[in-house]
Amino acid sequence: MAGPIDLDRRVPPAAVALPGGGQGDPVVSRPRPGPRPRQRLRRVLRAWQLYVLLLPALLHFAIFKFWPMYGVQIAFRNFNPVDGFLGSPWVGTAHLERFFSSFQFEMLIQNTLQLAVVNLAVMFPVPIILALLVNQLTYGRFRQFAQTVLYAPAFISTVIVVGMIYVLLSPRSGLVNHLITLGGGAPIFFMAEPEWFRPIYVGSSVWQEAGFSMIIYLAALAGIDPALHEAARIDGASALQRIRHIDLPGIAPVISILFILAVGNLLNIGFEKALLLQTPLNASESQIIQTYVYQAGLQEAQFSYSTAIGLFNSVLNLALLLTFNWVAKRFKQATLI
Amino acid sequence: MSRTSTESPRSAPSAGRRPLSNRIPDSTFSLSSVVLLSAACLAIIYPLYFILIASVSDPAAVAGGRVWLRPEGLTFDGYARIMSDPAIWQGFGNSVLYTAVGTAISVAIIVAGGYALSRKDLPARRTITFLLVITLFFDGGMIPRYLVVQELGLLNTMWAVVLPGAVGVWNLIIAKSFFQVTMPDELREAAQLDGASDFRFFFTVAVPLAKSLIVLMTMIHMVANWNAFFDALIYLNDASKYPLQLVLRNILIQSDISSTGAMSGDLASYAETARVAELVKYGMIVFSTFPILAAVPFLQKHFTKGAMLGAVKN
Repeated sequence: MAGPIDLDRRVPPAAVALPGGGQGDPVVSRPRPGPRPRQRLRRVLRAWQLYVLLLPALLHFAIFKFWPMYGVQIAFRNFNPVDGFLGSPWVGTAHLERFFSSFQFEMLIQNTLQLAVVNLAVMFPVPIILALLVNQLTYGRFRQFAQTVLYAPAFISTVIVVGMIYVLLSPRSGLVNHLITLGGGAPIFFMAEPEWFRPIYVGSSVWQEAGFSMIIYLAALAGIDPALHEAARIDGASALQRIRHIDLPGIAPVISILFILAVGNLLNIGFEKALLLQTPLNASESQIIQTYVYQAGLQEAQFSYSTAIGLFNSVLNLALLLTFNWVAKRFKQATLI
Repeated sequence: MSRTSTESPRSAPSAGRRPLSNRIPDSTFSLSSVVLLSAACLAIIYPLYFILIASVSDPAAVAGGRVWLRPEGLTFDGYARIMSDPAIWQGFGNSVLYTAVGTAISVAIIVAGGYALSRKDLPARRTITFLLVITLFFDGGMIPRYLVVQELGLLNTMWAVVLPGAVGVWNLIIAKSFFQVTMPDELREAAQLDGASDFRFFFTVAVPLAKSLIVLMTMIHMVANWNAFFDALIYLNDASKYPLQLVLRNILIQSDISSTGAMSGDLASYAETARVAELVKYGMIVFSTFPILAAVPFLQKHFTKGAMLGAVKN
């Protein structure tokens, strides 16, 4: 999928726009003393039409989510297509061990974590700041214009954004290098220099996604009682003080939920863009766990080995998510589960 | 939030009171937000504008850094090449097909499934929801999913692009809460008393009342399907099946000029190809981006509404 509008891997902001909304959802269900078996069966039979409506969705999840989950076991086998998921010989943790002791392990972990952390550190606060700024504007033409413009790049595909980067940063004909030479500098071959990979990645994420992520915070800010602001203004609070004491506490639950989600998805973020931005010359920084899974798994057909690496990534992710959810719970913030 | 604030002058931050002279006046502050936001807008608009004018400028002028605010040496060679390139049109056609089919499938599954999940009398509803939510936290990963698609014999077909990402859990949850909020139980009970089956109620009452949900889901999936490239990259081998995004990747990122028109042997036409290649890149960005950007104000209305839909508590 592409861009910030992503069906599968990331969370559409729409779904989390609610202060504390995740809480109300019956995510964790406890078995209740149910009706007796026969009654139960009758209820199920009576609802058959509902199950028919639900069937396509269930099939989709069974085939494209749970079957691959079941297939994760090839991380502990030597997969060959003839024997399939279950028949391939069991090798235990050999693949994981090979990954941990491979020379790329350290580089991959470092690159992935650095990219993820830098990305989070920049991409998390920027939309909040943008929302607070836009919220200062009175409703009118300029506010509408700014909102639309900031929002628009989210609809551009990742391929096009990366294509724009290649074109605009081109060492010979690119706009950016013209500006650099105009200022008296020497042209930089951005795509060939590893140390430029992360700034380009994060910078383009800000350009493309910050305005879209801002919308959630704007919606939350719109929910703050204007009377609070009025009262504060009468008491002589400045705009900055009102942001500090009214706006920020008002959107804190939303910030908290989105932060948990962002941390939980830390290692999943934007691997497609990393793949597109990767060149042989910047691979020493741009090779992250997921691009490596793609390379080892699909280009070199090492199915089991790459599945093991992917599994390592998923488990790490899950651990992060659960940890942060627990931390948020301890601090009595809104939590996801 | 309760509206009782007129009685609470004490709740204002008196601790933060400082002499007036130390504070930044509000007008200065809002002026600086206007300035900052204008700069941000400019940073978004100018690169797009530059690409627009570069796509109709003499490539030599662009390479020489002489194009800044308006086109230099107007030429439409790039667009002529794009329009006459069968690979681009084929990609465009494929994208239209994949987007239409994929969106139809996703929306149908999500609306039907969301409705069923919204019914409190659906047996095993909690268990099903729980199973769906699990997939948010743990994912089988790229390789097992690839092997499943292979096992199903979908490799190198349209279905490999359209099906694996068709249903997102969040979208299902949005649909579910939409129905929970907008469709009162009494309405269904009344219909049931009149003898309407679940199917009948769904198709004649629920679907017509869910127009805004359907529009929102259609938009989300149209944009996502149109912009998707990764599934096509891993599941398709046949270049004639590539969607536009993959064609674009080859032209813009892999700089594969041979795919944009035949290359004859002599040097002059090679130089010409190289010249037009730059134009084609700018032109392709315009060609594939500006139609979507033109639709943004329209899309924005629905996506913002979507944020509200998602915000409704169950």
